[in-house]
Amino acid sequence: MVVMRKHWLFALLWSPLSVMAATTHEFRLDNGLKVVVREDQRSPVVVAQVWYKIGSSYEQFGSTGLSHALEHMMFKGTAKVPTGEFSRLVSHLGGEDNAFTASDYTAYYQLYSNTRLPLALELEADRMVNLTLDETEFKQEIKVVMEERRQRTDDNPQGLAFERFQSLALLTTPSRNPTIGWMSDLNNMKIDDLRRWYQTWYAPNNATLVVVGDVKVDEVKQLANQYFAQIPAQTLPNIAVPKEVPLIGERQLSLELPAKVANLYLGFNVPSLTSAQNPKDVYALRMLLGVLDEGLSARLESRLVREKRILSAVNSGYSPFKRGDTLLTITAIPAEGYSLDDAKAAILAEINALKTEAISDDELKKVYAGILADDVFSQDSISSQANQIGMMESVGLSWRTLDEFSANLKTITTEDIRQAAQQWLVPANMTTLQLKPTALVVGEVK
Amino acid sequence: MKKILSLAVMMLSLHSYAEDAPITALGKLDSYQNVKNAATPRRSIAIEHWQTTNGAKTLFVQADELPMVDVRVLFNAGSARDGDKFGLASLVSRMLDEGTTTRTTDQISASFENIGASFSASAYRDMFVLDLRVLSQEDYLPTAVEVFTDVMARPSFPEVAFKRIFEGAQVGQQQRQQSPSAQASILFYQHLYGEHPYAHPSHGTPDTLKKITIDDLKQFHQQYFVANNATIAIVGNINAVRAQQISEQISQALATGQAAPALTKVTPLAKALHKHLAFPSQQTHITIGQATLRRDNPDYEALYVGNEILGGGGFGSILMKELREKRGLTYGVYSSFAPMQAEGPFIINLSTRNEQAQEALTLIRSHLKEFLKTGITEQQLQAAKDNILGSFPLSTSSNSSILAYLGSMGFYNLPLDYLDSFNQRINNVTTEQVKTAFRKHLNPDKMLTVTVGQGVTVAKK
Repeated sequence: MVVMRKHWLFALLWSPLSVMAATTHEFRLDNGLKVVVREDQRSPVVVAQVWYKIGSSYEQFGSTGLSHALEHMMFKGTAKVPTGEFSRLVSHLGGEDNAFTASDYTAYYQLYSNTRLPLALELEADRMVNLTLDETEFKQEIKVVMEERRQRTDDNPQGLAFERFQSLALLTTPSRNPTIGWMSDLNNMKIDDLRRWYQTWYAPNNATLVVVGDVKVDEVKQLANQYFAQIPAQTLPNIAVPKEVPLIGERQLSLELPAKVANLYLGFNVPSLTSAQNPKDVYALRMLLGVLDEGLSARLESRLVREKRILSAVNSGYSPFKRGDTLLTITAIPAEGYSLDDAKAAILAEINALKTEAISDDELKKVYAGILADDVFSQDSISSQANQIGMMESVGLSWRTLDEFSANLKTITTEDIRQAAQQWLVPANMTTLQLKPTALVVGEVK
Repeated sequence: MKKILSLAVMMLSLHSYAEDAPITALGKLDSYQNVKNAATPRRSIAIEHWQTTNGAKTLFVQADELPMVDVRVLFNAGSARDGDKFGLASLVSRMLDEGTTTRTTDQISASFENIGASFSASAYRDMFVLDLRVLSQEDYLPTAVEVFTDVMARPSFPEVAFKRIFEGAQVGQQQRQQSPSAQASILFYQHLYGEHPYAHPSHGTPDTLKKITIDDLKQFHQQYFVANNATIAIVGNINAVRAQQISEQISQALATGQAAPALTKVTPLAKALHKHLAFPSQQTHITIGQATLRRDNPDYEALYVGNEILGGGGFGSILMKELREKRGLTYGVYSSFAPMQAEGPFIINLSTRNEQAQEALTLIRSHLKEFLKTGITEQQLQAAKDNILGSFPLSTSSNSSILAYLGSMGFYNLPLDYLDSFNQRINNVTTEQVKTAFRKHLNPDKMLTVTVGQGVTVAKK
C-alpha cells in the first residue's frame, strides 16, 4: 500500500514530552508482544498501530524492497478478510488505514472513533499470522510498487540522487538499501521470497502494538490478550546492530541527470543512540545540528543564505533514533553565480568553524527552546505521538528515552559540540554527491 | 493503439458496474457485532465568534489540554488578486518576515526562534494565510503575537532581501520545470481557466516574476491586508477574553479598508480540449477535469458524497479499484472537487508508465461516463455516508484540524453551525441528488485533458 517512507533526511527530530496531557502504560504479553498505551482523552478517537522490527536495513544485496512489497501484500487478504475487504471494512466503520515502511521498521495503522478499537485489533492480529500471499495478487501488486518507484524516484531527480547518495554514504551496512528497492530487485522478486520474509519476521515477539487516544489501558489489555495472546512466539534470526567501518574514507559521486536544479548532498557517518559507544556524542551532535541549521536564525541560513548569499536553500538532518549507525546530512542548492564546489567549500568552512570558534550560549538556548516547544506541539496529533512511541520501540530503544532526551540535551556545552565536530565531521567520514543538471529536453505544448 | 483501446473496453464490460459484493468478513469477525452499533461519539467544539472593532471576523475555540496557541490570519488576497503580475501574492508571502519598519530579518527570526515559536505565510489561489504557533506561557505568547502582528501589518519589503527572494523564487520555478506532475498541474489550470485569475500558478512564471517591483508588493499589501478583508482564527488554551485581546491587537494594526471584490465568473470550456507536453519521464501524468464549483453551491454535499464513491475515497473508490487494484496501472488515482470563491475545479489525476498511459486515459473516461449515466446505488450511498459520518470525529481531533475548519468557515462565510449540522447535511443526500448534481456539474464533452510524458498522442484535428 502507500509507502510513506520516512527519509531521515527530512524526518522530524523527535524529542521528549515535557508537558504531558496524557499518561502512558506499557506491558508485554506472554508471547512477547510489547504493548504501549497512551491515554489521551482530548477527543473520542483512537489510533492503533502495529510496528514490526523489519525494514530495508534488514534486507540482503539482491533482494532489496522485500519489506515494502510485503507491506503492500498485507492488504491483499487473509482467509477471514479476503483481498480488497480490509480497507473497505475500515472505511465502512469510518476509519482511515494505511502503512509505511522505512529502513528499520514496517508499521500499520488504523485511525477511528474510539468505539472501533476491538475491530482494529482483531484485524491486525488476523494479518499477523494468516496472510494469504496469493501469487496472482502479487504479480498485480508488484506492478503498483514499480509505478510507485517510477513516480517517487525514477522521474524525480532529487529522489534519484538521494538514493545514490545514501547507498554510497552508508557504504558498509544494509542501511544503504533504498526502502522501495532497486528496480532490478523488484523485477526478480517472487512470492516465495515474500512468504519467507513474512514467516521469518511477522511474529508477536518482533512487534509492538501502540494505542493512543481516548481509551483505558485495562480495555486495551483485555483486547490485546483476546486477539493476540494465542499467536505463538517464534525464534527470530540473530541480527547485529549495523556498524559502519570507522573512518572508511572520503567518498564523492558526480551524477549527471536531465534536470534544471543543481543539488549538493553532504553526509557524515555518525552514531545513533543505539550504536554510540558514548551517548553524549549523540546529544552533542543533535545540538550541533541545531546550531548549524535549525531555523532561519541558525548559522547556515543566516550566514550562507542571507549574509554571503552563496546558497539559495539549505536543509540539514540527523536522526539519533535509528537502528545502528546513521548520517548527519546537509543538502543545498547553490545561489545564482555559485558552483556546487563553492557551496561545498562554504558549508565545510562553517563546519570547521564549529571545531575552532566559540559557540554562544544564546545559540544553545535557542536550539533548546525550539526542541522544548516541538515536544509540546507534537502532542497535538495522536498519530504523531504514536509514531514517536512506535519508532523508538522498533529501533531498540524505549519510548521512555524520549522523556529523558531533552534533559540530556540540556547538559551539552559548547565544548561538547566542538569535540563532537572534531571527532565526527572529518573527511574520512564524509560523502559528497553533486547532482549536475544536463539538458532536459521538453517539447512544445500541443 | 487501437488494440489497447478495444481491449480496455472489453475489460471494462467484464468488470465494471457490478454492485460491490457484500463484505464477507463482517460475519467472521467477532468484534464487528460489538462495534457496528456503537454510536460515534463527538467532541463538543464550542465556537465563539466576534468582529473586532475595525471589522475583522474572528472565530475562537478554547482548547486547554495542551499549553499552546495557534493563530491564523486569512486575507482574501490569494494569487487571484495578482492582476497581470503573476506571482505577486506569493512574493509578498516570502517577503513579510524579511524586515519590518522596526525589525530586521535576523531580529524577526531570532524573536520567534528564541521562544520556539513557528511562523509561516503562504499564498494560494483564494487565500493568503499567516500562521503562528506558540507555547501559551505568558512570557512567550505576548512576544510572539507582537512580532507576528508587526510582520503582518508593517513589513518594509527591504530592497536587499528582494533580490535574494526573487532568485530563490526562480530556483523554485526550475524545480517545477523538472517535475512532470508540477508541469501537468500548471498546464491544467492555464488551459482550464484561460483569462480567469485562477489560470496562472500562484508562484507565478519565470517571466512574470521579473516584472514585479517592490512598489507592487507595497501596493498589494496596502490594498488587501486590511481588517475588512481579514479572518482571524484562534485555537488554544487561553480564554475568550484573552483571545479577544489578541484579535484586537492584530486587527488594530491594520487599516479598516475594504473587502476584496467578488471574483469574476469562470467561462467554461466550449468543447473538450486535450493538451500534451512531451516530457522525458518514465511515466505520463494525466489530469482531467472541469471548472465547476463555488464554495456556496448547495450541491456541494451531494457532489462530495458522490465523489467519495467515484474516486475520492481512496481504496474503495471505483477509479482506484479499476486502475490500481484490478490492473496495477498506477500507484494512485484520485478525483476531487475543489470548491472555491469562483468556480473551482473537478480534477481526476494519476500517473502511469508511458506504455500504458493511453489505456489508463481510456479507462478513466469510460468510468466517468458510466458513473454519470448510471449514478450510484443505495448501497454505495450508504457505504459513503458510513465512512464520512464515521470519520468526522477524526477531522476535529487536533487543534490544527479545528483551526483549519475555523479558517475556512470564516473565509468562505459558512454558517457557524457548519460543524454541528455536518451530519445532517450528509445524511440528507439521496442517490437521486448525487446523480442530478453530477450531471449538472460535469460534462465529459467539455472537459480538459492534460498529459505530460511520452505516453499519449493527441489526435490531430
